[in-house]
Amino acid sequence: MKTFRAILNSLFDSLRDLLPIILVIGFFQVLVLQQPIPNFGDIAIGILFVVIGLTLFVQGLNMGLFPIGESMAYAFASKGSLAWLLLFAFALGFGTTVAEPALIAVADEAAKVAATGEVIEDSQEARESYAFGLRLTVAISVGFAIVLGVFRIIKGWPIQYLIIGGYIGVVIMTVFAPEEIIGIAYDSGGVTTSTITVPLVTALGVGLASSIKGRNPMTDGFGLIAFASLTPMIFVMGYGMVI
Amino acid sequence: MHPIQLIHDLFFTILSTVWDVLPIAAIIFGFQLFVLRKPIPNLKKIITGFIFVLLGLAFFLEGLEAALFPLGKLMAEQLTDPSFILQGADDGELNWWNYKWVYLFAFAIGFSTTIAEPSLLAVAIKANQVSAGSIGIWGLRIAVALGVAIGIALGVFRIVTGTPLYWYIVTGYIFVVIQTWHAPKLIIALAYDSGGVTTSTVTVPLVAALGLGLATTVPGRSPLLDGFGLIAFASLFPIMSVMAYAQISEWQARRRNKTTT
Repeated sequence: MKTFRAILNSLFDSLRDLLPIILVIGFFQVLVLQQPIPNFGDIAIGILFVVIGLTLFVQGLNMGLFPIGESMAYAFASKGSLAWLLLFAFALGFGTTVAEPALIAVADEAAKVAATGEVIEDSQEARESYAFGLRLTVAISVGFAIVLGVFRIIKGWPIQYLIIGGYIGVVIMTVFAPEEIIGIAYDSGGVTTSTITVPLVTALGVGLASSIKGRNPMTDGFGLIAFASLTPMIFVMGYGMVI
Repeated sequence: MHPIQLIHDLFFTILSTVWDVLPIAAIIFGFQLFVLRKPIPNLKKIITGFIFVLLGLAFFLEGLEAALFPLGKLMAEQLTDPSFILQGADDGELNWWNYKWVYLFAFAIGFSTTIAEPSLLAVAIKANQVSAGSIGIWGLRIAVALGVAIGIALGVFRIVTGTPLYWYIVTGYIFVVIQTWHAPKLIIALAYDSGGVTTSTVTVPLVAALGLGLATTVPGRSPLLDGFGLIAFASLFPIMSVMAYAQISEWQARRRNKTTT
């Protein structure tokens, strides 16, 4: 009975999280566009699926993703091998990004832009190799970002200097990068971090900061995602300049 | 939709989610087995957790595909359609104010999709744990969602007016730098992080449809060049709104202390 109540509660929480979208879409459809809601049954089933999905995700987060991220952070900290930790950080950043569906979509779009702007030849082959190069660039930049972020946690450097340095890098690159790439580069910062990467990387950072003496999990543990959204901008503009 | 079709689609979504998670699982278990060489504590629970996350994401994506994405994308197309926009223009000439419903839609869809974003929920739960409750799960989510809402509405305004993207981004950076000096130190890393967590599963598809719809229909814009940039707005503005949230909380606490002493 108790578990049943708990499940019911978390289903209700998920429904509440979803309610704003339902209201917004309902409002615009009925009052602004003045059209009926089509396929009411489909929508009800879809909403049910989203609610079930969100509930399972939050359960899994607390059971699987958070504990494994933290226990690996503790294990690396007690093993004391910086090289392996940094290699793990790179692998995690690179591996989770290179196959990210949102990134694949953006890279394909970017290849179309490049072909239209006559940066590359307008052929299937040229577009594919351009898109693949872009994906690799972004994945390497995210790997580099997590390495840098982990290194920062270990050293205890304040985050703002690194981020502001990154901003200056973005601004300088914007001056030199070809115009077509700028929009894509700015967007690529946002698409790299997926729903599974974020909790893992956050747990890793917080776990590291709490297992190293003298680090505060709040000021030092967060910030890995910030690096992962900043470096792709710089690297992608660099890619646009080289190609 | 036919039930068999639905089960079929769900099955394929699960398969593709498994495919996406495979590299992550390989890295984690590879390092655990060959480098750390320690048994994973509570292995069974962790594997169950992974399965929950997989199934949860698959249900979540399939539900969005079945219910909200088609309607939301169609809506973005209809709202940006010239025949709808021209209803408000008396002399048939377009100015930026004719797009008022688009700005409101951008704001509302930015806010509501961010509230439902699972990765933001994850970060909010963690921040709440780490700060021993002083950062509220809902406080953070609403602060981030407001940032995304303002960012996307402004991004839409940029597409309508055709002003260069980097003006906004560089100004935003300057603002973030100034705010960093004044914000409470504890929030800074979390605020920078919240820029990256806002845009994933729910927000990106709807926002991309909105940007593409606008860039296609606004005269003088090219979908290839002007359709990009909304995500950048959605990742920049939450940084400011989260720092503002901490500044306001700090200010309120200080005022409360003053009145009690």
